[in-house]
Amino acid sequence: MSWIEADSGAAVTLSVNGTRHDLKLDARVTLLDALREHLQLTGTKKGCDHGQCGACTVLVDGRRINSCLSLAVMHQADEITTIEGLGTAHKLHPLQAAFVAKDGFQCGYCTSGQICSAIGMLGEWRKGWPSHLGDHAGAASAIDAAEIRERMSGNLCRCAAYPRIVEAIEHYAIHEGADT
Amino acid sequence: MMDASVKMDAPFEHSLLDESPMPTIGREIARIDGPRKVSGAARYAAEHFPEEVLHGVLLRAPVGCGRISLVDATAALAMPGVLAVIRDERMIRNAGDFGGDAAPVQGVEEVAYFGQPIGLVVADSLERARAASLCVRVSFESQPGVFDMMAARDSALPPTDDIFGLFLIHTEQGDVERAAGEAQALVDTVWETPSQNHAAMEPHASVAIWKEGRLTLHGSYQSPVVTRDQLATVMGLPPSQIRVLSPFVGGGFGGKLGVMPEAVAAAIAAQQLGRPVKVVMTRQQVFETTGRRPMTRQRIRLGANSDGRLTLVQHETITDQLEGEVFFEPAGLATHLLYAGENRVVDHKVVRTNKQLAVSMRAPGEAVGLLTLECAMDELAEALSLDPIELRLRNEPKSHPEMDMPFSSRALVDCLRQGAARFGWERRNTSPGQMRDGDWLVGHGVAAAARGNLFGPSRVRATIQGDGRVVVETEMTDIGTGTYTILAQIAADLLGVPLKQVEVRLGDTDDPRSAGSGGSWGATTSGSALYAACAELRARLAAAAGACVDAVTLTDGILTAPGISRPITELVGNGLSVEGATEPGESNRRFNQTSYGAHFCEVRVNAVTGEVRVSRWTSVFAAGRILNLQTAISQAIGGVVFGIGGALTEELVHDPRTGKIVNRDLGEYHVPAHADIPAIDIQFLEERDLVANPLHAKGVGELGVCGAGAAIANAVYNATGVRVRQFPITLDKLLPGLPAIAE
Repeated sequence: MSWIEADSGAAVTLSVNGTRHDLKLDARVTLLDALREHLQLTGTKKGCDHGQCGACTVLVDGRRINSCLSLAVMHQADEITTIEGLGTAHKLHPLQAAFVAKDGFQCGYCTSGQICSAIGMLGEWRKGWPSHLGDHAGAASAIDAAEIRERMSGNLCRCAAYPRIVEAIEHYAIHEGADT
Repeated sequence: MMDASVKMDAPFEHSLLDESPMPTIGREIARIDGPRKVSGAARYAAEHFPEEVLHGVLLRAPVGCGRISLVDATAALAMPGVLAVIRDERMIRNAGDFGGDAAPVQGVEEVAYFGQPIGLVVADSLERARAASLCVRVSFESQPGVFDMMAARDSALPPTDDIFGLFLIHTEQGDVERAAGEAQALVDTVWETPSQNHAAMEPHASVAIWKEGRLTLHGSYQSPVVTRDQLATVMGLPPSQIRVLSPFVGGGFGGKLGVMPEAVAAAIAAQQLGRPVKVVMTRQQVFETTGRRPMTRQRIRLGANSDGRLTLVQHETITDQLEGEVFFEPAGLATHLLYAGENRVVDHKVVRTNKQLAVSMRAPGEAVGLLTLECAMDELAEALSLDPIELRLRNEPKSHPEMDMPFSSRALVDCLRQGAARFGWERRNTSPGQMRDGDWLVGHGVAAAARGNLFGPSRVRATIQGDGRVVVETEMTDIGTGTYTILAQIAADLLGVPLKQVEVRLGDTDDPRSAGSGGSWGATTSGSALYAACAELRARLAAAAGACVDAVTLTDGILTAPGISRPITELVGNGLSVEGATEPGESNRRFNQTSYGAHFCEVRVNAVTGEVRVSRWTSVFAAGRILNLQTAISQAIGGVVFGIGGALTEELVHDPRTGKIVNRDLGEYHVPAHADIPAIDIQFLEERDLVANPLHAKGVGELGVCGAGAAIANAVYNATGVRVRQFPITLDKLLPGLPAIAE
């Protein structure tokens, strides 16, 4: 019976926001559930558990991933950054501050994923990764709203703060993002 | 208990909000809960970890209609960590909805719709509970059900309940048949709108904790007190024995109004097992096991004289709902009052189907009703060779066209005119299918927005502490609407303290009972109750200072009056606490209260593929005083985007053999994504509604969705010459009618 084999806990060491955590986890535990249920880092949200909404986006070695689509045991050697690792309510990361200033959220549930995704997305832009828009690929210039919309489309927001999320990311990319 | 109350029996002439020396109300104020939300510090329902917490996974019916004949949990119970497979007659079959403390339909032996809850598997981890839930064997006796509303529409009957008089089932006046015969322009069309899902980003979740006989439930609920009362009825407990906490709610849109199956299951499991239990719905369960906006079939018939004056307004809706449930989609709500015309019929009927519960979803009634009315107005304008704005202007009623009552405030004409100027309506395409930009057909559309403004009982406690800080407490919620910030602004302005010195505590049923978040009335009801509390606090401060309250100014923590200047900390002793309340009065019966707006959009339709892109948008609204321009614009944008989704992509597809929702996730049910949404230009007109409440404000949250989809549908027609009457307007419906590719 496969679930009984999976059930015997595996030793896992996760490095999250610079802190090492030694855990014993059921092999079926996703990175998302490890963060939320085992480390109680609940800033990372579960919206669909199927990689369809982006609410669970975290940075793994600087790349954005849907943490619901990844098992915790796959991340032994990785450096994981969650929303809690970017800034705190009292000392916001400039992108978090831009989200507050531009009202880039309403209910707040997709927000952590939007912010982590935007950080990863801007890294991809700087590396010259192409998007569906194609002709904009090339990172020398500042990112524009159309590219942000295209590249952020894996992060759903039912409150539909989209135009203001784009404004917040654009503001950050222009004013703060050069050295991050 | 209650210290101050506002009852709206007459216009409230002078609002203290107009007298604040340094007002925050009306400005763009960043959300005070923002830093917690953007840093991940705000805790939502599932994010509580009581000791020894267990995890529950709902079991659900894989048939659309029938009866459970056998449940074999042997294999599941033998799995590691599994504590129980719970099947309890108290469990609810249908989700709850707004509507008092009655229990939702209970009993999980009968199956009334596909995906209905039938039990709960509980284990010591989510993974173990989930695996075990797949190993419970359930046998059913299937029974024939009604799964196809359109096929069964001849069985439609009038609804059994008019929902406190808010949903008018049937109204008529004049002679519509004669008017149809005499009309010089007539539009008579049938429209279909599909079932939709609220799709709030946070799935429904509950953590139930019993301690010393009292149940605490962390839940994701728009109205914690309605949830508490329904849960109390379900559990057979006095409401005082339950506390529901919802300080942060990850979106609602009507989908989290009443108690939901996961809360009941968690409460029962925690009671039975003596340990806290967490039940989080999967996204698929949210789609199948909560509520939906029901589908509609709407016939609309408009008739006019040759001068464009409406003589006939007829709107007949058929919608679907489970047997025995009272809610129905009141698609004719705005049709009663939007335009003049002496001969009128507005009618609603319901087909009883074996499909998931139909509930309110953002602007129940107007959201789907204005799709048809405002598209029909567009068609009528074309039949009359009139500008669609001009047609609306010619049919602006002076008072409610069906009832002998004035409008409390109504700025539809201004919204249309100012929106037209802002959008550049005079430069629109006037020949359907004739404006091209390469492969793209370009079109422009307009539609009116209207949403009824409600008022109800709400309570708020306001306290000035000995240190001069202010605490506002109410069971009211902030589901993304801005409640935390708006209440802080009202308290800051009325008590003359800096915004940073106000703390707002929400979503706790142990605090004064509010009207909850729903029907766009949260800000105005809780804000008015807070207004009453603050007015009383001002009177008490004035008395303590020996001043006349009318001569008092409060700024920066200082009370000043002729010859008096005292810090409020000197006047409150150890603290001063007042409970304020609202109650509806004569004004709700004597005036029609409605928020209005006008949408303008440009769409581009690919001439080869039929793909529709929204490329430009302007909406102008008038909703009384705007309390916080920043959060109001965000809500307006959100409403418009809800309308874009409804017009172009959102459709729950039911399997006609079982009622099963085929596209039960966010990969297949398409809510708009970043790339679908252009910049959205929003303007609010200056308006004060003295009839509505002491704030002079009307509801904002649902207004944006009203009519938005019709503006798109009209623009798509304008771009292509193809009129699609089955929403959503997907490319397969456009392709057959698109103009020839070659120019």
